[in-house]
Amino acid sequence: MATDTYAAEAAESELELAFHPMDQFIVKPLFGEGVVGMFTVTNVTLWMALAVLGVIALLVFGTSSRSVVPSRIQSVAELCYGFVRKMVEDVAGKDALPYFPYIMTLFVFIVFSNFLGLLPMAFTTTSHIAVTAVLAMLVFLTVTIMGFFKHGLGFLGVFWISAAPLPLRPILALIEVISYFVRPVSHSIRLAGNMMAGHAVVKVFAAFAPMILIGWIGVLVTPLSILAITAIYALEVLVAFIQAYVFTILTCVYLKDALHPHH
Amino acid sequence: MEGDVVQMGAYIGAGLACTGMGGAAVGVGHVVGNYLSGALRNPSAAGGQTATMFIGIAFAEALGIFSFLVALLLMFAV
Repeated sequence: MATDTYAAEAAESELELAFHPMDQFIVKPLFGEGVVGMFTVTNVTLWMALAVLGVIALLVFGTSSRSVVPSRIQSVAELCYGFVRKMVEDVAGKDALPYFPYIMTLFVFIVFSNFLGLLPMAFTTTSHIAVTAVLAMLVFLTVTIMGFFKHGLGFLGVFWISAAPLPLRPILALIEVISYFVRPVSHSIRLAGNMMAGHAVVKVFAAFAPMILIGWIGVLVTPLSILAITAIYALEVLVAFIQAYVFTILTCVYLKDALHPHH
Repeated sequence: MEGDVVQMGAYIGAGLACTGMGGAAVGVGHVVGNYLSGALRNPSAAGGQTATMFIGIAFAEALGIFSFLVALLLMFAV
């Protein structure tokens, strides 16, 4: 009996995953093998460049004709522009419009990176905390420096909630300071975590798909896992857009705090 | 041996940090559910509050993200 279970276990251990679900996030040099240095051209570089080229194709070449009756691609570009502009106006206010180009840049770059990452065999650049942390730190530094530049020390009023009763204010100020400095952490890990988790889930289900080659259990598992991949993929398309939207809208919220620090 | 125990503790802790996801799920579900019940009562006001809902979701989700952060720290930094 015991030997049977050992044999079964040995047989099972040979059925290892054909690929590891986290393999897709490995940063590899694009040309040849070797270590990844500061200036190595890697798959991250390639897919970021593709995202930038996609943005250029949509926003520069798409709108180059500037016809009154827009072509299909021009109307997509206009829709995108109007969407972000309305978001900045609604969330951060009219006086945040000078910062609209930056927020538009963030939005289209993240949207293109997320959607390009959904292509089979693609690399999702936004699934790396290194990438999103740079984006989030830039937002954090921009907003903080801009706040001090505009309001001087009055910017510290963002921590001093004058609507609260006086004895509570120091405690709230402490909480506000902590939550202010945690912003870039949550801002970056939200995007990277969502992208990474979604793609890893797709790969985990993909690993179950070839079980039909193994035995009768695969008759049940394979169709289910292929259905699950389809469903998760559809969800990921939604998440790719929503996470870009959330990243941008949070940038707008932080911008509003810096422009109007007094609660 | 001692290192193994520490490693084991770190892995168990990283697994336990996943329970934080449940909290984030409850929070996000609460935000969206309340938004929806409000939106069905007054559909004309719903459009203007979508952005607020997403901000609320983001803040509720942030605390779930910290459990992921704890898991990452336990896996790679301890």
